[in-house]
Amino acid sequence: MGFYFTKDGMNAVLKRLMDEYLVYAPIRMIGGGAFSDTNSVRYGQISKISDIIFNQKSEYSFKEILLPLSQTLFFFTEDQVKEAEAPKKGAIIFLRSCDLHAVKRLDEIYLRNGFEDYYYKRLRENVKFILLGCQNPFENCFCVDMQTNTIDTYDASIEQAGDGYVMDNHCNAWESLLSSHCLNQQDVQPSHVTETGVHVKIPDGLSIDAANSKMWDEYDDRCINCGRCNFVCPTCTCFTMQDIFYTDNGKVGERRRVAASCMVDGYTDVAGGGSYRKKNGQRMRFRVLHKVYDYKERFGYHMCVGCGRCDDICPEYISFSHCINKLESVVKEVGDNNA
Amino acid sequence: MDINTKLLKKNAFRVTKKRGMTASRVRVPGGHLEAIYLPLLQNIAETYGNGTVHITSRQGFEIPGIAFENMPQVNELLQPIIEGLDINQQVPGKGYSAAGTRNVVACIGNRVCPYACYDTTGFAQRIEKAIFPNDLHFKIALTGCPNDCAKVRMHDFGIMGMTEPQYNIDRCVNCGACVKVCKKKSVGALQEVNYKVKRNADKCIGCGECVLACPTRAWTRGKQKLYRFTLFGRTGKKNPRLGEDFIKWVDEDSIIKIILNTYDYVDSYIDPAAPGGKEHIGYIVDRTGFEEFLTWAMKDVQLPEIAEVYTPIYWKGVKY
Repeated sequence: MGFYFTKDGMNAVLKRLMDEYLVYAPIRMIGGGAFSDTNSVRYGQISKISDIIFNQKSEYSFKEILLPLSQTLFFFTEDQVKEAEAPKKGAIIFLRSCDLHAVKRLDEIYLRNGFEDYYYKRLRENVKFILLGCQNPFENCFCVDMQTNTIDTYDASIEQAGDGYVMDNHCNAWESLLSSHCLNQQDVQPSHVTETGVHVKIPDGLSIDAANSKMWDEYDDRCINCGRCNFVCPTCTCFTMQDIFYTDNGKVGERRRVAASCMVDGYTDVAGGGSYRKKNGQRMRFRVLHKVYDYKERFGYHMCVGCGRCDDICPEYISFSHCINKLESVVKEVGDNNA
Repeated sequence: MDINTKLLKKNAFRVTKKRGMTASRVRVPGGHLEAIYLPLLQNIAETYGNGTVHITSRQGFEIPGIAFENMPQVNELLQPIIEGLDINQQVPGKGYSAAGTRNVVACIGNRVCPYACYDTTGFAQRIEKAIFPNDLHFKIALTGCPNDCAKVRMHDFGIMGMTEPQYNIDRCVNCGACVKVCKKKSVGALQEVNYKVKRNADKCIGCGECVLACPTRAWTRGKQKLYRFTLFGRTGKKNPRLGEDFIKWVDEDSIIKIILNTYDYVDSYIDPAAPGGKEHIGYIVDRTGFEEFLTWAMKDVQLPEIAEVYTPIYWKGVKY
């Protein structure tokens, strides 16, 4: 069922939902950019509908709500372990179509890849998703080519319409709340992008041989292995574990799970001092092929959702989509070498 | 020819090597101006000068080859530039009202540079409005960050942008980028402790390299604009020296107040026999003692809580 809300009506709905949920959306962090006097659009908790930034892409994705960058899993003493508390409330996340497609990837890795991750699951079970319709693509978006521009598995959708908001609702539990605060009911179809400025073509003949291309060497010097592309990516799921012993009492501590990046030093370090991907070009090769080749081999669809955040944030202006488009010639190059 | 050289100097002209010829100095606070003023400078140079323009060491322009008798016409042509750059003026149409207090210099700042911690041009313009016109010989320079591209320690007052890094421990993934960059490019104020980062606040110079390097926004900039303020660096003959740290983590309002207070101090203590009424402030402080300067400078100044005042200050430099 679709609804039209005035701003006040929408805020009344949010207020009610906040009894039960923490509500996250892209918000403007004043002074939150890396450079002085710059802001940043990132995910944070909102208290009213006007907190949401509808007309900009968030620099970092919703991912950090389901997979906190740094999460304490449990506390330990010499003979006891205490699990860290889960949030008391569930969460509502406002996100775009590409990001909701990314949720499917996160679920694939944390719920269906051989085992269920307890900590992910206990958050994920209590999350509702409200789709932010996209009237226009942003810079570097290529969702249409990744087929992530439309989706219907949302709990509700929202878009600005004049001074108010239109919403399509799929969540039965919200139906009476929404109908009691709306101005009127109407048919609502969330907007979606049908054309983007950036296009990608993943070649059909792509194989693991692409790893042998000379193309990756270009990134040895260009890339600074900072890992921003991983940290902003809604589908990067890697983590590492840290056992902390408190400094005042080294016999107690906690175990944390923190986000890891395949671009950052240390990712491939192994016991005995080995390190498998020392060159930045090889790290780039691993990341790119994981997003548009390896993952698909295992799960049947591409990992990359085409949000373009990695391109938006790279301080060295390395474009992931541009790299994908070089794969066509890579296929030819490694084909010629094998012939 | 009868020309009052004292007056023309105050009017931002100068006595040159060539008899009968002068040069006009154009103030550009913060060294940044709209390009529409460049054709006006070109017109003055081609109409009354020798067709050339010098970019001065203090980020202004100097138009040479002007005959003394053309100074009134040049002043008229300068009027739209003086007004456009919002320079305080006593008599419209008569050119610059003083020259002693020099053009306020600034690096390009955060309008362009990623390292800059503030809008250097904007702050330079604010200072210019507060101190000009004034005949006293004051030199002020601003730089966006501790890289000090504007070489502010060579000036009476040096203003260096700082940022107080804010650490969100929950966003830190211990990638090590900040620790590495602080050690390699800055002062090594960061240390990894228990897979997180500890900042040595005494050591930290507020350069912001950690914020720039952080891939997760665990480090962000402090909300308040804060500065390192250096005193009484100078070039010149007797004892050229670098400015020394006066206050770390000082705010804009206090800086302006201290500079204005220093004008009062110099008014009271300048050598009445100083040649051309020009004496570097540092020599006056050498004479009165730093404590006396401090009493004058800090009058009615409310420093932010975080501010650290370095006192007493000892200067070094070359002595001839």
